[in-house]
Amino acid sequence: MSNKNNEEPVYVNKQGLRLDGRKVDETRKIKITSGVLPRADGSCYLEWGQNKIIAGVYGPREALPAHTQDPTKANVNFVYRMASFSVPDRKNPKPGRRDIEISKVCGEAFEKTIFLEKFPNAVIDIYVEILDSNAGSRVAAITAASVALADAGIPMRDMVAAVAVGKAGGHILVDLNKDEEDASDAVDMPMAILPSTEEIVLLQMDGVITKDEWTKAIDLGLKACKKVYELQKNALKEKYIQAESSKENKVE
Amino acid sequence: MSTKEDIIWELRSEEVLKSIKQGKRMDGRDLLDYRTLKIETNVSENADGSARAFLGESQSITGVKMIVDKPYPDNPDEGTISVGVELLPLASPTFESGPPKTEAIELSRVVDRGIREAKTLDFKKLSLVAGEKCWVVFIDSYVINHAGNLFDTCSLSSMAALMNCRVPKLEENKIVRGEFEGKLELTNLPILTTFAKIGNQIVVDTSYAEEKAMSARFSIATFEGKKFSALQKGGHGSFTQSEVDHCIDIAFEKGDELRSQLKKFAGGKR
Repeated sequence: MSNKNNEEPVYVNKQGLRLDGRKVDETRKIKITSGVLPRADGSCYLEWGQNKIIAGVYGPREALPAHTQDPTKANVNFVYRMASFSVPDRKNPKPGRRDIEISKVCGEAFEKTIFLEKFPNAVIDIYVEILDSNAGSRVAAITAASVALADAGIPMRDMVAAVAVGKAGGHILVDLNKDEEDASDAVDMPMAILPSTEEIVLLQMDGVITKDEWTKAIDLGLKACKKVYELQKNALKEKYIQAESSKENKVE
Repeated sequence: MSTKEDIIWELRSEEVLKSIKQGKRMDGRDLLDYRTLKIETNVSENADGSARAFLGESQSITGVKMIVDKPYPDNPDEGTISVGVELLPLASPTFESGPPKTEAIELSRVVDRGIREAKTLDFKKLSLVAGEKCWVVFIDSYVINHAGNLFDTCSLSSMAALMNCRVPKLEENKIVRGEFEGKLELTNLPILTTFAKIGNQIVVDTSYAEEKAMSARFSIATFEGKKFSALQKGGHGSFTQSEVDHCIDIAFEKGDELRSQLKKFAGGKR
């Protein structure tokens, strides 16, 4: 969309490096911290490049109003919201159509992995607030929410790991940043998987691609999701390592 | 929300599962068969283009209205489109009146993406005076009867209405109502093909009963030249990579079939 006045930049140079120096299959820097909100049942703070996200989980708790209760299972209520200052132009804080759609598909991405049938008439609320954004905020939101759910001790079959893959300047890339998303031929394909089985629980795409490009993109995406999964596990372990070491200090 | 209606469909979904396991559908179709498509054009005199699409008993009407408005500040030399879908309460006992709910928002955004990303309308050509005036093409669909697969039904009625659309005449950048300056130019015809996973099987063009039995849904917008412009997975279940691969191949095939039918129905007059 932008860049209309200047030449298209070279998205991958001769050395195989991108505008910000990454390789084609490299994600931006991801930092995950679990257990950051004292009041929440589970929480996570995540930085993914410029994206800064905080996720809090409450529940399972009684679903209210009562007519939303499902006697066979718990509901997942995923709420994705962007802070008004999280985008270049101020965003109207009222949830827009984009926020509502993202909340829906992200919530659905968790329905297969959580043992919802164990908690009839309950709701699991997942609140995700985007504090700063630069492309790929929904996959960052899913990644953070998954850690927060595990932190809350909600029984799950697997984590959910997410990444966006896509295309810019004819190259298939992992984890596009805003500059790459602005390419005239840009394709954005957010995806989320259950890492142990590679089942796809979220998949969206906009932009124009061929079948060959799709195959390349999904393969890169699966590999990148598995790397994200390792970071999620480390973040969860880290909390206990810290708790353990502070206990030791007290004993002394 | 368990109304009497829902309970009946829940009971039926067991039958649906059983039948699909044996590779047959309740209405006798094969797993990858569409219901009969029918399109009527010129449904509304006041619309600049309009069409009604039937997929079996599912039915939606789309009207296109072109208005002159100010372009977005970040794209001063481009016009734009707006796609909306309204789930009318008369179309199903489960639809309620009021502002669009999550389902309607997702539906309209997926139809929108297929058309927008394929660059079916050249936004540059919709510009009238850069930074001041441009065409905004409103593509509004109304679901009249919900008998399953509203994604494809609304996509088909939207495309048919666009094919049927004439550009209003302008005098000093003001619309002269009732007079036209030729047909709206379309660069391609993106078509949604929506799949459902029921048990371990993949089917296309779900009926209402099948949608109650499906675990996940997957839509692909394909257009000419074996390209696709939108993907969307919905529902609580999952797809494997090879299932998606299979869906993409089928979507190219079904897209071509539906496109040629669409041309036959909506191509000619107006």
